[in-house]
Amino acid sequence: MGVGIQVENLNAWYGSTHTLQDINLHIPANHATALIGPSGCGKSTFVRCLNRMHETNPIARATGVIKMGDLDIYKDASPVEIRRRVGMVFQRPNPFPTMSIYDNVASGLKLNGFRNRRILDETVERSLKQAALWEEVKDDLKKKSGASLSGGQQQRMCIARALAVDPEVLLMDEPASALDPVSTSKIEDLIFQLKSQYTIVIVTHNMQQAARVAENTGFFLNGKMVEFDSTHKIFTNPSDKRTEDYITGRFG
Amino acid sequence: MSYQPIHQPPPMDFRSKSMRLNTLRRSVMNHLITALSILATLLVIAPLVAILAYLIYKGASSLNLAFFTHIPAPVGEPGGGMANSIVGSGIILGLSSLMGVPIGIAAGVYLAEFGRGTLLANAVRFTADVLNGVPSIVMGIAIYSLVVMQQKHFSALAGGVALAIMMVPTITRTTEEMLATVPHAIREAALGLGVPKWRTAISVSLRTASPGIITGCMLAFARVAGETAPLLFTAFGNQFWSFKLNEPIAALPLQIFVYAISPYDEWHRLAWAGALVLIVLIMVSVTLVRIVANRGVLKGAS
Repeated sequence: MGVGIQVENLNAWYGSTHTLQDINLHIPANHATALIGPSGCGKSTFVRCLNRMHETNPIARATGVIKMGDLDIYKDASPVEIRRRVGMVFQRPNPFPTMSIYDNVASGLKLNGFRNRRILDETVERSLKQAALWEEVKDDLKKKSGASLSGGQQQRMCIARALAVDPEVLLMDEPASALDPVSTSKIEDLIFQLKSQYTIVIVTHNMQQAARVAENTGFFLNGKMVEFDSTHKIFTNPSDKRTEDYITGRFG
Repeated sequence: MSYQPIHQPPPMDFRSKSMRLNTLRRSVMNHLITALSILATLLVIAPLVAILAYLIYKGASSLNLAFFTHIPAPVGEPGGGMANSIVGSGIILGLSSLMGVPIGIAAGVYLAEFGRGTLLANAVRFTADVLNGVPSIVMGIAIYSLVVMQQKHFSALAGGVALAIMMVPTITRTTEEMLATVPHAIREAALGLGVPKWRTAISVSLRTASPGIITGCMLAFARVAGETAPLLFTAFGNQFWSFKLNEPIAALPLQIFVYAISPYDEWHRLAWAGALVLIVLIMVSVTLVRIVANRGVLKGAS
């Protein structure tokens, strides 16, 4: 089951650039939340703070409180534990090129020392079915490299890989921006099905996509969160002028 | 919104004189560059083929079963072989690979994955580059005073250490460079799954870069396999069988050297045969490692 996320006074820096300024936000459990905004506004930095990937960059720094349920992710746990509970799908499909499809999906478990074959088999099958890829790859699981799949299939495999470690939250950083329309609609269907079981945060440049998949939407601009509300309200009756200008295409 | 008509260039007449001349010029240029590339390739291959052909011409006639099964005959007696040198070279190279490959790869992993931009990493990189330029005879003298003088006698171990130190810089720098070509996105994928950094470095980065790293190890191996100078004061050479690591041991390059500067025609012929065997053994071992390393590569892997 998913878990809600409470963000309080989050600030983040890359070197001396203040990329996120005083973000306060509640992301509800088992819903999809979309983050929109022009390039460089801090959306990606924000999701990378949620699983502590932000700090893998040596010049990056963050302050503030992020709570997953009751857990303060910066105080009560190591980054490695947090990343097991908060899965991430990146903008470009990033399969492990030397591994088979099976090993790619099982990698989160295998690289953490999990060896039980029966459970691994079950997990790989369940995850690939959840990611709607099972039927297409079930005959080549161990024969083909993960990198041999098409771009859309690779991205669904990356989603299966993230689901295999059974996370509570799934972060998606523009998961469909490198894909064709058919693959994009498959990924969107997937998000629609997955949000009953996981808390999903999706960064997107595509406003129709945000409107299609998310109950709530946040609008970011220049490192600040301008507005956060139900998706319907943001797209029909935004309370901030800047949000309205952005969604009507006046800038960005 | 009104659409501006896009400016259209006049249709091209492919049959016009200037157009045909242009096509001809490009086609001539294309063939010329292709011919130059082929020529350059031949120039690269030519020395290798020439060396191999000359070695076969000079050495093949002295190759027989005894060459691979007998130890050198005493002066004045015909026959004899280099069996002990072949085995000795194998032992020394095995020792040096056992020491040099893990240290070299580990240092390369440190440079690429953990030490980026640190003072220690810069010092290691600088040392590796300087070490790479140290003449091999100097390496021999250094190991003579560091190992042989301490042990008070020449040994296979000293030879192995000398060659290992010569292998390390090449392996370290290729490992670092190959790891640098692994896309950052792949490391992020592993970190994002909650895989610890050390495990990501070994099971993801190193594994993805392994074909290039294996090539680097093979280059280092092939380079030291033919080294004579560092073995002169370390392994020393031996006319008899020796399997002990703390005794002087025979090696192919040493035996070739001894025979080649001798005044006997018979020994000269054996030296040619030894050179031929050395180069063939290097080619065979490099090929074998490649075949073994390529097993289990998946369909469509990049």
